[in-house]
Amino acid sequence: MEKDIVNIGKSVVIKGELNGSEDLTIEGHVEGTIQLRDHVLTIGPNGRIKAQVFAKSVIVLGEVTGNVTASDKVDIRDNGSVDGDIIAPRVAIAEGAHFRGSVDMQRKGGPVPGSKPQPAAQSSQQQQQQQQSANAPQRVGA
Amino acid sequence: MGLLDRLAPRKNEPDARPHGAAADAVEDPVFATKALRKFLSCLTSRESPVLLDLGPVVGSNVSFFGEQLGCKIFVEDIYADIDRHVRNNKLEDLPAFLKKRLAIADGSVDGILCWDVIDYLDRPAAQELAAELTRVLRPDGALLGFFGTAAPRDTRYTKFIIVDEVNLKHRSYPALRGRQAILLNRDIIRLFPGLRVSDSFLLQNNLREILFRKPS
Repeated sequence: MEKDIVNIGKSVVIKGELNGSEDLTIEGHVEGTIQLRDHVLTIGPNGRIKAQVFAKSVIVLGEVTGNVTASDKVDIRDNGSVDGDIIAPRVAIAEGAHFRGSVDMQRKGGPVPGSKPQPAAQSSQQQQQQQQSANAPQRVGA
Repeated sequence: MGLLDRLAPRKNEPDARPHGAAADAVEDPVFATKALRKFLSCLTSRESPVLLDLGPVVGSNVSFFGEQLGCKIFVEDIYADIDRHVRNNKLEDLPAFLKKRLAIADGSVDGILCWDVIDYLDRPAAQELAAELTRVLRPDGALLGFFGTAAPRDTRYTKFIIVDEVNLKHRSYPALRGRQAILLNRDIIRLFPGLRVSDSFLLQNNLREILFRKPS
């Protein structure tokens, strides 16, 4: 059976909450929250994300600013970029990828990441962004 | 579970770099490390330790500390900050920047991988960074620093890639600024007045490894 994969094209800009129950590839711009609890989110080379991300797996070839939570794996490929905190049991970061933030690989038996996203709570990334002045370099908090 | 049980062999693990003849031709040199094992011992004595890495992100190091040691890892690439200040001709702002660089609570970090970043800072910037590192380190926490003992030559940084607990792969990459000076032992110790030297090793590759501990 052919697997459904949805693409958001280069020219598409989405602001708000994005929920889905199928694999998704983003080549456009998304700001807000992305939730694909049981599916794979791929940020393509042209994708630009400013969002809190919750998915089963996240593959990053483009740019992500925001916290990423995956119940399985986060994979930052060559030239992929993540500025934010990652929570996932498995994290792969390729040579040539950019990453700034924290990585929390919860041990087996710990709570399942992504199972209960709390968009109302401020993430450290959001707190940092509020603290930053326009010209100050971005910092990642504890 | 003992430390050695938690450290799986690293040499045969798949690397993110391309394999084959071309990759082999530029194989990074591997150097022994004496202090890393002791640093790891400090971390493994804690449940879910928090690690601060001041170098550029290295995927295999993240996997090593995250998957095998259960660390929460903060990656804060100070080398990139140095380059950005050089590029923007704002080196005079670097000490003040470093003073506010780490948005991390006091005494919340179990281990710091300082690598050799201090060598690339002039004294005011090094003092500010050292004070910040001392602030975020918890009592009994450990800081691992490398310090060059040979005259500064090239303008390259080094990524330190953990091969195993006694070997580090040194992968150099271009820098906008070279090492600033050779620090004597007493200069290094004065930089970290809130820490004590636990172990110090002078390696054959002219690198001095110093493991600091924060008094309880």
